[in-house]
Amino acid sequence: MSDVQKPEVKEKKAKHLLNDIVVKHYQDAWDAKKKGEPVGWCASNFPQEIFETLDIKVVYPENQAAAIAAKGGGGRLCEHAESQGYSNDICAYARISLAFMDVKHCEEMDMPQPDFVLCCNNICNCMIKWYENIAKELNIPMILIDVPYNDEYEAEEDRVAYLKSQFDFAIKQLEEISGKKWDQKKFEKVMEISQRTGRAWLEATGFAKYTPSPYNGFDLFNHMAVAVCARGKEESAIAFEKLIEEYKENVAEGKSTFRDEEKFRILFEGIACWPHLRNTYTKLKEAGVNVCGTVYADAFGYIYGNTDELMKAYCGTPNAISYERALDMRLKVIKENNIDGALIHINRSCKMWSGFMYEMERDIREKTGIPTVTFDGDQADPRNFSQAQYDTRVEGLIEVMAANKEKKAKAAEGK
Amino acid sequence: MKKIYVMGVDVGSATSKCAIMQDGSELLAGTVIDMGVGSSGVEKAIAKTLEDTGLTMDDMSFIVATGYGRNNYEKADRSVSELSCHAKGAHFIFGGCKTIIDIGGQDAKGMKLDENGELKNFVMNEKCAAGTGRFLDVMAKILSVDISQLGEMDQEATGIIPISSTCTVFAESEVISSLAKNNNPKDIVKGIHKSVASRVAGLINRVGVEPKVVMTGGVSKNIGVVKALEKELGVDIETSPKSQLAGAIGACIFAYNYYLKEEGGNGNV
Repeated sequence: MSDVQKPEVKEKKAKHLLNDIVVKHYQDAWDAKKKGEPVGWCASNFPQEIFETLDIKVVYPENQAAAIAAKGGGGRLCEHAESQGYSNDICAYARISLAFMDVKHCEEMDMPQPDFVLCCNNICNCMIKWYENIAKELNIPMILIDVPYNDEYEAEEDRVAYLKSQFDFAIKQLEEISGKKWDQKKFEKVMEISQRTGRAWLEATGFAKYTPSPYNGFDLFNHMAVAVCARGKEESAIAFEKLIEEYKENVAEGKSTFRDEEKFRILFEGIACWPHLRNTYTKLKEAGVNVCGTVYADAFGYIYGNTDELMKAYCGTPNAISYERALDMRLKVIKENNIDGALIHINRSCKMWSGFMYEMERDIREKTGIPTVTFDGDQADPRNFSQAQYDTRVEGLIEVMAANKEKKAKAAEGK
Repeated sequence: MKKIYVMGVDVGSATSKCAIMQDGSELLAGTVIDMGVGSSGVEKAIAKTLEDTGLTMDDMSFIVATGYGRNNYEKADRSVSELSCHAKGAHFIFGGCKTIIDIGGQDAKGMKLDENGELKNFVMNEKCAAGTGRFLDVMAKILSVDISQLGEMDQEATGIIPISSTCTVFAESEVISSLAKNNNPKDIVKGIHKSVASRVAGLINRVGVEPKVVMTGGVSKNIGVVKALEKELGVDIETSPKSQLAGAIGACIFAYNYYLKEEGGNGNV
């Protein structure tokens, strides 16, 4: 028997595992809908521990809008929403979602219609009106976790208490909607898994501290879908742990999923410009520019040890924190990840994120000395981006980074 | 010793510029043609510059293209962004400048240079055309004057009619209404220039204003905008008859350095 060759068992790569999780997540929601179970539309930073504990299926309009935009459907749905009376000035994710609510079907990415909506404004305030409109139009319940903007550095006890009381009310509402009962032990288990997932996700993204980075920064924009929609699932933790192993191997072997030579390492600030992802990425890739820092991807890694800390963690998402804390996050990434320059997406859709970016840019320049550049774009509306303007700005940034490197090299030679 | 000739071609949205330099330090000739990307402006600018120098394309050791249409000029050996070219060109023209304001056909830029004239940082206008040459172009058309007359009209104004809108389209209707009220066109021009200056000053302040401050690009020829910007920023701004050629001159300097690098020298690019 010894000479019989066994078929080679190939272990799935983490990226395939992660993709499977997202596919299954949406399939589970379709299955639940077919069985007559209520399915929700959920904000990306809503405390998923609640509905994961109650085993209630939800889908994510933000994920869907990003996917639709990346596949070229953003303009069509934005225009549909505008024809319904929604202003061109509001978030394009919101417009796409509100249009989808109306048309009910989208070839770029479909998902079940909602029986309730779960809203949390820790990453976006526009979301409250967006979800209120859905709730009113479809006559379905809206559950809100309100996380006010925190002008202090840390979330103090009063904020924790405010959030806790909302958690209790949200649980009560969801029990009524689903007919399911809250199980405290299961909640503790879900928290445990979520922390494991959060830790693994942050550890994986943290590998960008290596030079060269073992991964292509744009990979995170894909992988983060799991951090958004399946933080409380064990398979997510396993997949991210697998990702860590792969990155460890890459570091040891000097390999990377960034296929070209990594000449420059940048901080990419803001949400990806999904409708022009290929163009924005290619321009960087051609010049050997790798994205080695973002605060967007890390926004979905929640670390906490108990329920109080869980509340604080949800107060700590990028758009809910004070400017000083937001700046420190960027400075830490720039320092730890050896960043050469910053590319800042002034995202017309996200006033909350982009509004303070000019001041953030000034502070980053003054405190780190790295060159920075802004470009106008949009997370989902293709009409708010100009390729020629993007190209000039990126080329300028690359030229300054190249000159800085040459200066450093010459200074090192002189020593 | 063999003389080295290099060419810089700046293909802008509204004009085409060409410069030829000898040995990276002597400007032999420069031409500006009021025809931008997608026109025969580039060929005309090159032909005129060659004619002025008595040289041919075969004499050129290296050609660098810059500007909005830099990637469309196929005879260039390299392309470099207009940011770096304007920085190099302005340093050549003015020497010791620390802040450059460049207002071209569709871009407004603020550039910060280090002590060696290297581009340290920059800011650019948003997607909108407010505060750019195109804005002035549209306004000149409504006023039925040539864009080159705006500077002089500004200097002859006795008052100022404020233009509150920074949007080109809305400012256009504001100017039309103002004309309908029989306001003095010269005072309206002063208001238009103030509107451009306040928009651009906001941009320049983001990168920080450090003397010496200079201005490049086509709008630097407009004394009204220059004066309005001096007032907004509270600094003196230097201009030069060569200001509009800054991008092409910078491209020449890059071309010379690339040539040296290719020849195994120490081209500082």
